Amino acid sequence: MRFFLTGVLFAAALLAPAGAVVAQDGPLRIEITDGVIEPLPYAVPNFIAETASANELSAQIARVVASDLSGTGLFREIPASAHISKVTDFNAQVQYADWKAVNAQALITGAVSVNGNQLTVRFRGYDVFADKELDGGGLQFNGTTDGWRRMAHKVADTIYSRITGEGGYFDSRVVYVSENGPKNDRRKRLAIMDYDGANVQFLTSSASIVLAPRFSPSGDRVLYTSYESGFPQIHVMDIGKVQRRVLSTDDGIMSFAPRFSPDGRTVVYSQSQGGNTDLFTMDINSGKLTRLTSAPSIETAPSFSPDGSQIVFESDRSGSQQLYVMAATGGDARRISHGKGRYGTPVWSPRGDLLAFTKQNKGRFHIGVMRTDGSEERLLTASFLDEGPTWSPNGRVIMFTRETQGANGRALLYSVDISGRNLKPVRTPDGGSDPAWSPLQN
Amino acid sequence: MSGLTKVILVVSALGLAACDNLTGGSGNSTDLNSGGAGSVADQTSAAYFQQEIGDRVLFVVNQSTLTPQAEGILLSQANWLLANTDYTATIEGHADEQGTREYNLALGARRANAAREYLVSRGVAGNRIKVLSYGKERPLEICSDESCYSQNRRAVTILTGGLTG
Repeated sequence: MRFFLTGVLFAAALLAPAGAVVAQDGPLRIEITDGVIEPLPYAVPNFIAETASANELSAQIARVVASDLSGTGLFREIPASAHISKVTDFNAQVQYADWKAVNAQALITGAVSVNGNQLTVRFRGYDVFADKELDGGGLQFNGTTDGWRRMAHKVADTIYSRITGEGGYFDSRVVYVSENGPKNDRRKRLAIMDYDGANVQFLTSSASIVLAPRFSPSGDRVLYTSYESGFPQIHVMDIGKVQRRVLSTDDGIMSFAPRFSPDGRTVVYSQSQGGNTDLFTMDINSGKLTRLTSAPSIETAPSFSPDGSQIVFESDRSGSQQLYVMAATGGDARRISHGKGRYGTPVWSPRGDLLAFTKQNKGRFHIGVMRTDGSEERLLTASFLDEGPTWSPNGRVIMFTRETQGANGRALLYSVDISGRNLKPVRTPDGGSDPAWSPLQN
Repeated sequence: MSGLTKVILVVSALGLAACDNLTGGSGNSTDLNSGGAGSVADQTSAAYFQQEIGDRVLFVVNQSTLTPQAEGILLSQANWLLANTDYTATIEGHADEQGTREYNLALGARRANAAREYLVSRGVAGNRIKVLSYGKERPLEICSDESCYSQNRRAVTILTGGLTG
């Protein structure tokens, strides 16, 4: 599936300011960092079907765009039942007054044409109260009809970016562990889906335990831990071909908790030998191993900084699980977590500015974020068992596992903004755990 | 450490055997214990090992130190293994659900290794005993309180060979 982004500047870029008094000072903008109090109202009428065979998709694409935008908690859709204007011509002048009347601050219009399996989506975003198009103008995506959801996500990513100034995250996928059955007979298998839970595809059978999949930087491969040999070992899978191979082969040495380096050439992971767990790196092509730690304590859950120069990990060398940062080549590590309780599963934000982690304190689990020096810790969630955060490609949203208490307890995926707002379950067909968010797709 | 106050030491696994489906069972290791292979009356059988000797030891919250009771069971295991040299064993380490996944894998490895080291210290050849951790992936008991957690923090000695007759 390929998309061609054409920055088509639609000529009819609407006559300029129209002389009207602009109702706001600056461009339409949501500052995500503020933690939005009032979501921005917007309208996205069904896209115009430019060919008869585009009727169905033109409505569906608009619905996915709306689902993406409203799902962020930053936007609120004005329902079609409230619309005054009907958009029937993609190139006609927008009736701003009609959209102002229903208080739609942003308007998204689009047109869809289908020829065979070829799909073209054009769209525009408007700043209604400024009587003008959003900066960037109209855009066109070309692809195939089976990729229609991705094209909708790309439309939503563009609108989101134009209004927030941040990168988008909708055209992304999540690999996770699908879970079935009771706690004492839990069946696990790798699954991959769109970030919003659509298009679930299973990548392994549930014959053996699989844990903690992690994407490669380009999103084409997944590292995970499998008990397929009867013994936990790191596997790497090519997602497109669903082909896998074992990365570590030493008999009698457990390996787990793998993650890719930002250049995709190195894997950092944990190895247990003689009851002791340390960190190693492996060159993924040559198989060459480098030991990073050699302490009698547990060192695990490593994660690279986005520039590849540092690794954050957890260790109980102080007597309890805490977070440490060291150079990617090993050596001295600096403890960065100092609050009450135990800290684990640190993950570096793709923006480099924050670490997400799991915190255990007084019998409760939390997902939290802190600066990379350990300062400004903020807990985003609290429950019986939250763990294993993963970052959205733009570093604004965290997905994690929430497991419920008791004999009927089950694991589900949840997401939350780093502001702590918009906590919600992610729809999966069965239970789910250990999510890993892909980069934005190309 | 609050958990210390509530160490329920189940002296042996006798009572558990009936409801036990100890599925070591993913992968290719044959769990000779779960079926109770052989007759309990046969002192050289896996069933006897599991039910009369006791195939598991339990641990305190977040610890891998062997308790005196655990050492007692392991001593019996060592003597049995020294007398029944046809068998090899895999010790599976487990944790309760109250911990992060990776840490519990490492903790289970510590527990399994603590049991192994004890057996070796009592003369069992090291090459007869492998260790493996399931972390929190294979709980026996499914409630979310200490009565279940105490049963789940365990190292289980699974006989893996030597069924000669």
